[in-house]
Amino acid sequence: MREITYLEAVREAMSQEMRKNDDVFILGEDIGVYGGAFGVTRGMIEEFGPERIRNTPISEAAIAGGAVGAALTGMRPILELQFSDFITIAMDQIVNQAAKLRYMYGGKGSVPMVLRTPAGSGTGAAAQHSQSLEAWVAHIPGLKVVQPSTAYDAKGLLKAAIDDENPVIFYEHKLLYKTKGDVPEEQYSIPIGKADIKREGKDVTVVATSIMVHKALEAAEELEKEGIDVEVIDPRTLVPLDEETIVNSVKKTGRLIVVHEAVKRGGFGGEIASVIAESEAFDYLDSPIKRLGGLPIPIPYNPNLEKAAVPQVPDIIDAVKETVRFK
Amino acid sequence: MEKTLTLPSHITTEKLKDLYKQMWLIRYFDEKVDQFFAKGMIHGTTHLCVGQEASAAGAIAALQDKDKITSTHRGHGHCIAKGAETDRMMAELFGRETGYCKGKGGSMHIADLEKGNLGANGIVGGGIPLAVGAALTSKMKKEGYVVLCFFGDGASNEGSFHESLNLASVWDLPVVFVCENNQYGMSGPVKEMVNIENIAERAGSYGIPGKAVDGNDMVEIINTVYDAVENARSGNGPSLIEMKTYRWKGHSKSDAKKYRTREEEKEWREKDPIQRFKEVLIEEDILTEEQAKNLQEEAKQEIDDAVKFAENSPEPSTDTLLEDVYA
Repeated sequence: MREITYLEAVREAMSQEMRKNDDVFILGEDIGVYGGAFGVTRGMIEEFGPERIRNTPISEAAIAGGAVGAALTGMRPILELQFSDFITIAMDQIVNQAAKLRYMYGGKGSVPMVLRTPAGSGTGAAAQHSQSLEAWVAHIPGLKVVQPSTAYDAKGLLKAAIDDENPVIFYEHKLLYKTKGDVPEEQYSIPIGKADIKREGKDVTVVATSIMVHKALEAAEELEKEGIDVEVIDPRTLVPLDEETIVNSVKKTGRLIVVHEAVKRGGFGGEIASVIAESEAFDYLDSPIKRLGGLPIPIPYNPNLEKAAVPQVPDIIDAVKETVRFK
Repeated sequence: MEKTLTLPSHITTEKLKDLYKQMWLIRYFDEKVDQFFAKGMIHGTTHLCVGQEASAAGAIAALQDKDKITSTHRGHGHCIAKGAETDRMMAELFGRETGYCKGKGGSMHIADLEKGNLGANGIVGGGIPLAVGAALTSKMKKEGYVVLCFFGDGASNEGSFHESLNLASVWDLPVVFVCENNQYGMSGPVKEMVNIENIAERAGSYGIPGKAVDGNDMVEIINTVYDAVENARSGNGPSLIEMKTYRWKGHSKSDAKKYRTREEEKEWREKDPIQRFKEVLIEEDILTEEQAKNLQEEAKQEIDDAVKFAENSPEPSTDTLLEDVYA
């Protein structure tokens, strides 16, 4: 199969859908000739023109609300927020409007929009351009939350997100944009709400999201040399969450570690740990659940400090060993 | 007597009579709601537009049926003027299953999408970007409708107002922004919160026309909004209209009105928009005193019937709690 990058997969998902469906368009800051801050929309304005690749003023509230209003009246907008940190400035429109309109209106209307946005640290952009705030939106009924970790998942999940009748927050990870993977050329859809077992194993379940999937897989390879068989599960979507796949895995392995880049305190890992604690899998646990997440600090600038602020492969290896050795 | 009334051609004599009745419907609706809140028969909160009937009825009279509106927390008048059924509105305030939102929205969230009412909004300034998005749909799909976006003087200090006017201007969207300046944002006098004489002047910053009108003068409102709407429909972009008016009641249900004087209230009551409109209609031989009285009585009867409908409607079942979060 053909190999393309995660970034190209995101672009291809949008382009293919836009060729088929005139209601789909993109709006965002610098997405025109500049091609977006990370180059995701590069070349698209040349193909689709400025009406459908709408370069916007730096007005996150208005462009988020504009997307909501357009979705409510029959379009299927894709809003690119340049950095996921900027969701803070668009929050009213996402949380109070997009998420709630249908319920507040007694089941009338829908908001079929996708908010795509790059998250995460590792680029040296420091505290205001490096956060992972997915737990905020996962907390809001009415939103769906997607976090693809591979090029294949990114393309299939974005197609599903565009097709969805609800507002979907689609988190891309900046450091994953250049990663490559096998991606079919034709359109395909990955159901929102279906986890993926990225690696099968029998000794311990590691539930990892976004870039942490790759770190968990790297840790698993190291641990294999020591005879520890790690299962890595990528939920792929936080809302809805595929609880069944996680519960079944923990019943099999008896051990659970949750890893995400977002700050551990109040992070989504707490939700996953609680799902297990409340489920039938609890009785199968042979050791306490462990959570790995970012330190409770703003992301620092210095590369060594930045790296140390979020879980790395050795942290996962240590956590797995501790969990497996627990008596 | 010489007839001086100049109005758009779709404002027929019959339409003028309907509008007179509609103003009474709005007033009686909110007077009733006020009584029920005082008696504790309705819970939650509500915001009444008694005294502001002309800005709702007049502005919406200038529209075609296919045009859309976005409304505010003080939105019962807009809703009635855009063709909503008063019985289902009252049922919603009673929290009943037959209400517009099946009892899940209440006073601040009534929408009537079939009639082009994209909804009231509990967030000050929250609906302004939605209007811009709906106007974008009209432009992209060439649907030919214009969006009338209502908000108050308080909202003109929100970022969403400024971002939205700019965005609508640079994109040349068919939206008319209507600022109902009722002199107070809750307790905040507009003179203390805005340091210019007319909020309409803010249009100049965004390169669009702005005009301040007497918000209690039906004829001036209809003509001004009609010109703005038809200008927007012709592709000439957005504009801002400020309607200077006054809310007779407090901000919401518990308001001692310490921030204004009874003399000021009396002055504004003398500018009663319904009374003024009646005088015009009688002077123009469109209505007799007798006919005016009958229309007023019909409106009162309709609201009484709406109350009966609401009182006799069932409470929503708790089985419906989880419905309509997602489409």
